[in-house]
Amino acid sequence: MERLPTFSKGGVHPDDKKALSNNQAIQRLPVPSELVLPLSQHLGAPASPLKQKGDMVVAGEKIGKASSFISADVHCPVNGTITDLRKVVLANSVVTDAFVITPDASNPLGEWPEQPYDALSPEELLAIVKDMGVVGTGGATFPTHVKLSVPKGRTVDALVVNGVECEPYLTADHRLMLEETERVLRGIMIVAKITGPKRIIIGVENNKKDAIAMLRQEIARLGFPITVMALRVKYPQGDEKQLLKATIKREIPSGKLPLDVGAVVLNVGTSFAIYEAVAMRKPLIDRVVTISGEAMKEKKNLRVLLGSKVADLIAFAGGLDHEPDKFISGGPMMGFAFHDDQIPVIKGTSGILALDKEPSAKAPTTPCISCGRCVAACPMGLQPTKLYRLIEHRDYERAMAMNLMDCKECGCCSYSCPAHLPLVHGMKLGKRLGRK
Amino acid sequence: MDVPKTIVSSSPHLHARSSTASIMWDVSIALAPAALWGVYVFGLRALAVLLVSIASSVLVEYLLNRFSKESTLADGSAFLTGLLIGMNMPPDAAFAVPVIASAFAMFVVKWTFGGLGANWINPALAGRVFVFFSFTGLMNTYRLPRTLGSVDALGSASMLTEMKLAIGEGTVEQLSSAGILASLDYPFTSFAGSVSSWFQEVLGITLSPYTVDAFFGNISGCIGEVSAFLLLAGAAYLFIRKVITWQIPVTFLATFSLLAWIFGGVRNGLGLFQGDFVLQLFSGGMILGAFFMATDMVTSPTTSKGMLIFGAGIGFFAFLLRYFGSLPESVSLAIIVMNIFVPTIDRYILPKRFGEVIVEPKKKEAKA
Repeated sequence: MERLPTFSKGGVHPDDKKALSNNQAIQRLPVPSELVLPLSQHLGAPASPLKQKGDMVVAGEKIGKASSFISADVHCPVNGTITDLRKVVLANSVVTDAFVITPDASNPLGEWPEQPYDALSPEELLAIVKDMGVVGTGGATFPTHVKLSVPKGRTVDALVVNGVECEPYLTADHRLMLEETERVLRGIMIVAKITGPKRIIIGVENNKKDAIAMLRQEIARLGFPITVMALRVKYPQGDEKQLLKATIKREIPSGKLPLDVGAVVLNVGTSFAIYEAVAMRKPLIDRVVTISGEAMKEKKNLRVLLGSKVADLIAFAGGLDHEPDKFISGGPMMGFAFHDDQIPVIKGTSGILALDKEPSAKAPTTPCISCGRCVAACPMGLQPTKLYRLIEHRDYERAMAMNLMDCKECGCCSYSCPAHLPLVHGMKLGKRLGRK
Repeated sequence: MDVPKTIVSSSPHLHARSSTASIMWDVSIALAPAALWGVYVFGLRALAVLLVSIASSVLVEYLLNRFSKESTLADGSAFLTGLLIGMNMPPDAAFAVPVIASAFAMFVVKWTFGGLGANWINPALAGRVFVFFSFTGLMNTYRLPRTLGSVDALGSASMLTEMKLAIGEGTVEQLSSAGILASLDYPFTSFAGSVSSWFQEVLGITLSPYTVDAFFGNISGCIGEVSAFLLLAGAAYLFIRKVITWQIPVTFLATFSLLAWIFGGVRNGLGLFQGDFVLQLFSGGMILGAFFMATDMVTSPTTSKGMLIFGAGIGFFAFLLRYFGSLPESVSLAIIVMNIFVPTIDRYILPKRFGEVIVEPKKKEAKA
């Protein structure tokens, strides 16, 4: 059998746990009684509020305005009233202002009929993407209009669409590719019109065979010039650097962007959001979230209005089966542990997990035995054990000189460390303190 | 809704199912068949040596734990060191010898440098070498295994020693290793004899019966090193459990074999490309050293490239010492020599960075 392509250096193979939720069709979460909509749901500067307490708002109305180039607009998901503007803490410990919105009980939802968009120019399309507040839905939430703004003189060789979803448990992108195949593909073609790539590739890990088949079937039916590449399963293939290595065999140099190697990388969830933004003029006001984990009673993939509280999602999934060890927002490798179930779903929330006690995860740490497993696992070619030792000794300068900033906190080193050292924790600390 | 008490910690929230303790116990499990074979062929005296070694290592670790107020017995490293020391003892070693080796390993080599993970040479090997040079006579007294018939042939030297002595006396010019052993009337099992003739008759390959015996463990030697076959089975278990990787053992044995094949015949007048490396591979501490000692994580490099250099270096020194040194055994010293180079290797042999930009100075000059 032919070996499927993947990235070459490092990586780990955690149990993917996708079977818990990958056959659950996407359901809509009913409109909650209250939404908490943060102004910082993306990478970059928070949006500035356009409304105040007591204002009536309608679904799709812009209520937060991008405050700089790397920032994104925030739109109201429902018809209703703003009852408060207060500070909230998000899962990733970011403290931000958030609108508290009470939806109109009788008619909360807006309507977005499809409309023609073929006549629009690339510039007009890009303006719409920006205006609709679209950001990357994979988790990093980088404002999409920034990504799609190809500087003059630069050409895009490859548009690579990320359907990898390499984090264990998460199945939201998988379900989108299966159930919204045509819209995802049309979203990709819109991006192709904006960026003008020579070729278009969708990378999907081979643990989603049904999605690969469905994408190929629909591509053939619609006659789009898109290639679907089945990739060997390996974490962290969903990172854009590893994805480009796996698909177009190029390595992004340290500190550079995909455009520097002639590529634009985009998540399938983002493609779907772009389709809705352009074809329906619907802002990014909802997303698909995977509800999973052993401690969750029912596993689901839910279409959720942004600002819905995690507690509402868990309650809709039948509540908890038993007390979990950890709540995770996102995937278990890079997601954030949180304790407060009143935190809201934001643009980057790909999953809400209730994980069981993983005995080895809480094993006591022992001294480093220089086994080299972290070195072998690091997809960036770093030496986590050396970096960790330098950071422990507060020698941030030498850690920086050993390319600490290349670390993207994927978790491969901590995952494979037999001494259970909190390596990623150390890297995060070192990066923060070393930058100063 | 009742908010459950959950843990908040840094990512990742999943972990591979392995720990320092699981690694140490896996290695001990992998060593067990070869150790039990040693007990079978050398008798209960060998078992007593093994038990004394393990008990003294664990006891020394316990006493040091009491002193430094910590508890590290459960990590299995003291047990493993004791087991390895025992397996590196001749079956008739005086009980004081493994006790002294254990104390030296645990106290001087490991504890004084900072305990687990901080020692710079392999403790078990250091213990063995320490007593080897302190009690050379005691450490060179072997007995033949029960499978070779002559029980209690105490005072006999190991196979390697016999060969070395014969070469030193110059009486075995122009003979292969097997030829030397045959000229000494070294015994072999009838099983090995029939395997050897089967190879000759059916496959047309000359395979000395001594090689067959060395492979299966019917030779004299230390308790745990005689059965290459069972040690390889244990190594296979470690590969499957992903405890060890191929780099060190493969480069070690390949380098040694290559050098032994090319130059191995020179010392007794056979010329180049005449070395009988197969017999050499399966005798002495070669297999035990390659798969269980050289792969010790603490005292081997962390990068894949570094491991290749480390393994090749051990192969080189093992060849040099075994063929041209004054001692019959070489593997432990070869590993220790390379242990000393590990910090240097780790300092200069770095993994290739992802997205490393190779700057070509010539091009830059041309542009400027």
